[in-house]
Amino acid sequence: MEQTPMSEKPLPTVVTEPVNITVDGEEITVQNGELLIEACHRNGTYIPRFCYHPRMNPVGMCRMCLVEIDTGRGPALQPSCMIEVTPGMVVDTKSDLVSKVQDGVIEYLLANHPLDCPVCDKGGECPLQDQAYSHGPGESRWVEEKRHYAKPIPISETVYLDRERCILCDRCTRFAKEVAGDPLIHFIDRGANTQVNTFPDEPFASYFSGNTVQICPVGALTAKPYRFKARPWDLQTVESTCTGCSVGCRIEIDSSRNHVLRYNGVDSDPVNWSWLCDKGRFGFESLEAADRLREPLVRSGETLEPASWAAALATAAEAINAASPGSIGVIGGSRLTNESAYAWAKLAKGVIGTDNVDAQLGDGLPADVVFGLPQATIDEVCKPGGTILYLGPDPKEELPVLYLRLKHAVDEDGARIIELAPAGTGLTRHSAVSLNYRPGELGQLVDSLVSGSNSTGENAALSTAAKLIAAAGDSLTVVIGRANLAENAQSVVAAATAIRDAVPGVKFLVALRRGNVRGALEAGLAPGYLPGRVSLTGGQDDQVAAFKSLWGNVPAKQGLDTKGILWAAAEGKLDVLILLGADPLSDFPDRSLARRGVAGARTVIAIDRFPTASVVQADVVLPAAGHSEEQGTTTNLEGRVTVLNQKVTPPGTARPDWMIAAELAWKLGGDLGVDTESSELWAELVASTETFAGAGVDALADTANADGIVITAEPRPLATVEAPHVSPTSAYSLRLVVNRKLYDAGASISRCDSSSALAPAQALRLSPADASPLGLKDLDRVSVTSPNGSLSARVALDSSVPKGTAVLVHNLAEADPGALVASDDAVCEIRVEVG
Amino acid sequence: MIGATTPAPTLIDGVPAVVSSRFGVEGGHTIDGYRSTGSYKGYEAIRKALDMGPSAVAATVKDATVLGRGGAGFPAGIKWGFTPAGVWPRYIVVNGDESEPGTYKDRVLMERDPHQIIEGCLIAAYAIGAAQVFLYVRGEMAHAQERIAAALNEAYAAGLVGRNILGTNFSVDIVLHWGAGAYIVGEETALIESLEGNRGMPRLKPPFFPAAKGLYLKPTVVNNIETLSNLPWLFNNSVDAYRAIGTDASPGTRLVAVSGHVNNPGVFEIPQGTTTFRELFESPIYGNGIRTGHQLKMFIPGGGSAPWFFPEHVDLPLEGRVIGGEGSMLGSGAIVVMDETTDAVRAALRLARFFARESCGKCTPCREGTTWQEKILQRILDGHGRPSDIDLLLDVGDNISPGPYPVASDAAKGLDAIPYPPKQTTICPLGPSSVAPITSAIRRFRDEFDAKIVKRNLIPVSVESFEDAPTLAESTDHGADTHV
Repeated sequence: MEQTPMSEKPLPTVVTEPVNITVDGEEITVQNGELLIEACHRNGTYIPRFCYHPRMNPVGMCRMCLVEIDTGRGPALQPSCMIEVTPGMVVDTKSDLVSKVQDGVIEYLLANHPLDCPVCDKGGECPLQDQAYSHGPGESRWVEEKRHYAKPIPISETVYLDRERCILCDRCTRFAKEVAGDPLIHFIDRGANTQVNTFPDEPFASYFSGNTVQICPVGALTAKPYRFKARPWDLQTVESTCTGCSVGCRIEIDSSRNHVLRYNGVDSDPVNWSWLCDKGRFGFESLEAADRLREPLVRSGETLEPASWAAALATAAEAINAASPGSIGVIGGSRLTNESAYAWAKLAKGVIGTDNVDAQLGDGLPADVVFGLPQATIDEVCKPGGTILYLGPDPKEELPVLYLRLKHAVDEDGARIIELAPAGTGLTRHSAVSLNYRPGELGQLVDSLVSGSNSTGENAALSTAAKLIAAAGDSLTVVIGRANLAENAQSVVAAATAIRDAVPGVKFLVALRRGNVRGALEAGLAPGYLPGRVSLTGGQDDQVAAFKSLWGNVPAKQGLDTKGILWAAAEGKLDVLILLGADPLSDFPDRSLARRGVAGARTVIAIDRFPTASVVQADVVLPAAGHSEEQGTTTNLEGRVTVLNQKVTPPGTARPDWMIAAELAWKLGGDLGVDTESSELWAELVASTETFAGAGVDALADTANADGIVITAEPRPLATVEAPHVSPTSAYSLRLVVNRKLYDAGASISRCDSSSALAPAQALRLSPADASPLGLKDLDRVSVTSPNGSLSARVALDSSVPKGTAVLVHNLAEADPGALVASDDAVCEIRVEVG
Repeated sequence: MIGATTPAPTLIDGVPAVVSSRFGVEGGHTIDGYRSTGSYKGYEAIRKALDMGPSAVAATVKDATVLGRGGAGFPAGIKWGFTPAGVWPRYIVVNGDESEPGTYKDRVLMERDPHQIIEGCLIAAYAIGAAQVFLYVRGEMAHAQERIAAALNEAYAAGLVGRNILGTNFSVDIVLHWGAGAYIVGEETALIESLEGNRGMPRLKPPFFPAAKGLYLKPTVVNNIETLSNLPWLFNNSVDAYRAIGTDASPGTRLVAVSGHVNNPGVFEIPQGTTTFRELFESPIYGNGIRTGHQLKMFIPGGGSAPWFFPEHVDLPLEGRVIGGEGSMLGSGAIVVMDETTDAVRAALRLARFFARESCGKCTPCREGTTWQEKILQRILDGHGRPSDIDLLLDVGDNISPGPYPVASDAAKGLDAIPYPPKQTTICPLGPSSVAPITSAIRRFRDEFDAKIVKRNLIPVSVESFEDAPTLAESTDHGADTHV
């Protein structure tokens, strides 16, 4: 497809109902009922446009796409973005009249548009500029004073609006209302004074605000992180994948002079449709954080002192050599590329010989479950007319672009969501039925939904949900994940197996949150597993033997998961704890155990980008390359493998994780078999597993696979798990829900200048029904006590929280709920007292 | 603003008063007044309609050829028939957002005979099977809103609106909705958007024909206040009696609002198609002559959107087809009379400014073009016009409604009649409406434009020596002409 003034590609359309139309004298075959502007674009006739965006409903506002259409009653000027093709339609996109009115529209748009292109961020990649050249009259007859407004005005923490440049195309406002569901910007006034603005005192506080900057056809909307940083012709661009969460949105990385300056969304049809969340879009800011680790550090007494790589690696190798394999644990790896994850699996399990390896931090689901459920893609979950059973984390907070896809499926494609959640979420208002359960009691709710037991009769919402599920049959899809970090994973696993057993043909999308957690698990960073889902203990002796011959060694028995590793460390049984981009002190739900574990390990080796709470306690710190700084592949939550491209060099002497693994292996007397490129590791992984077999280097490089390759594997055997038995709550206690917000004190987001201030204040969210007996109102301070600890927090009354439940947010700067949670408990009961 | 209103005869100059019979009646706006005064007895028509059955009611309206009185003149009975069969619910929306410049006939109907509208709504709702009627009244018309609200309360209390009307199983709710004051909401799809709680901006037809995808994307009939006000009289009398008034193509009467330079401006009910403009301006029962001592210069035959007419057009009858053939339209029945004291440029600016300010901002050509027209006209009036401005004005208009623009024909000046409506680059006709007065004024009164422009540009320039180099003002002017 040739370069067009608007960067949006035509929608991928499969012609199932072909009709012939004539465009500029040439007959083309297109899909009956598709929009004319799309049909023409796909067949090589670009009609200029400003307001039309293929991923939003057309409005026919800008009038730039007017063409002459003859459906048998003579040619008429019609906006091609709103007219659906009909058989025999004759279209003229270049007639004298069309040219004249398009000239007119350009002249009108430029009448009040400031000619400040030389200082405008959009200049050089501006659809108005480009189409003024390609379709405009060349000069303007406007001699009046142009419209003036204060410029620019901030409409949110990150987005600035210049109303003088705005051409009122309704793209941003439509996006905010229709796509994001945050109608916080709108037109005000009328006629030539029409302007986009926010409501008074209500900023455009949307998690998706950055998309409006990307789709603005002029420089009216600009984003703080990119303003005045570069000119488009100075940018170099590569396509890559965002690893801010596990959705794996396709992005373009723009850089200049070895600095990443901008991420833009790429329209990947199975994944992100060109949208990004602001956390992902502006996440590149953390790459150049002031405290980014640039050189290895080795502990000297109380402090970490800079060291050479040779010295730091030697210190690390010495500690590892001195320890028995069983007393070495590796936590983390979901930040890594697939290649690095494989390198570390090979190092830990093949060279060192420990199976105490876990890419998750007690806040995910066991690898047995991830591997044991039949998998669904995002498209399968969001299929038109589908029924979705959602029992995962709040997608708007944790997997924002998945939320956009789910919202679109409901709003535009007739899908229905049955949400099971301990408290209201961003998805609740889009759900056909939203059922709240008490923490720990998900299993009972799921049983009554899928078993058809008659207990649903009393509750109208429950019986509606049960009917929807029954009607969906085997087309039901389930999104499953950890909605509550204050419960262990057992109730979720029990629910998953119950649904699998009750609904034959059901498919699951496992909503684990971290960037490449799926890839890390598939590459072997899970206790009991070798790459390609090969179980050490599951009777796959041939495959285990194959890895033994490939790697030289494999662990003899299943090792510990993160919780087990931290317990072992806390009890003084762990000699070496390797933190592979993991920060258990911030992320592990049980803060007390994390603290005792990190302190109890004799030697802590941290491989990371930032001096996190855990890293500063380490004995050896090795700086790692980050996103945009290394080449490789990643795997999203669907199991979609996409290519990560390097655009800039890592800071200082930081290097990719796989390289650190290879060096360390060398020091330990082993050999990972990688020479210069991470693709050697990828080739080895692809060659040695069935899971990744279809996703080789050549296949990924094929443009037909630009959206990545979904790895497929038969679900592994997964035994039915019993729901935990939770004793009834005492009359005075509440059950705690710990969930996440998009913006928190996380290592990356807190180092993004434009986003770090957006983390909300911690508050104990309570049902008004629970607050009133205590006489509590908003902002009152309370002490919260569990059997494991206590904290002080302010109260926020929230009617979306059911009675008997209280909600705290994980990993904010204050009032850390990790102090209350014990990792073994099925639920966390708390007492709330005034003061 | 409202001039003389005729007292309440059942006949006006030998012609039945179909909708205006209670205009001059004290208390005619109350339910008792509606039942006891005027040319027919109130709330009898709905009784008759309920006896006839919905299809017979619809057929009666169709047979009588009740033309829409909002501007386009489309037969109401045929419009009702466009609602797709079997799609429910369906709605009736009554367009009371009367705001075309010069138009105030619906306002009088709403203020002086609200029960007549309510009864019309009931008949229409019964005919098409709507259970909900939305009466959308322009934001500025507080008195009309209060009168309708009071009338609705009376009608609900009397069991004439609501559940089981008159003891039948016919139920309908009528909801009064106050607009927020926007001309564009008089356009039916913008009105529907506004009713839905959105900003009043028109929808594109196709695909959003209200009859199929209207309010809440359900079948919706949008009728004008005056159109529905005709129904009670029709059902109290007969199709034949209705068709006996006016002409065959345009039966019945219509309300016209005459304003401007006549001795007796006001709202008059006239038989459709037979009365001429001359009668309307000069008859003692209507305009009673052009302002004494002055002559007619031009007049707007159908609201601010209509191309202008001139003295040679006064003998034309007020008949939609005839007026259309002559290059203008009867539109909303607003006739603005201007005598020779009127400055054509200023009159054009006045109208252009209205459309520029009322443009909703949706379509680029209307949003930017109408404002541009206003600025150019203002500049000409201020004495800053340039000779190229007249062509610029015409071309700015041409980019809103491309192709030959409808003008009032004038054989003497070699102007051909071009039928309404024009081609347009906008969704709704607001933008093209702004072009009509400007084009009319330029075509007929170009000399007035030239006079204002030439006067300003008489800059004494001598080119005989270098000492008389172009002045700063001149070079600035030149620069402006070629400014990119």
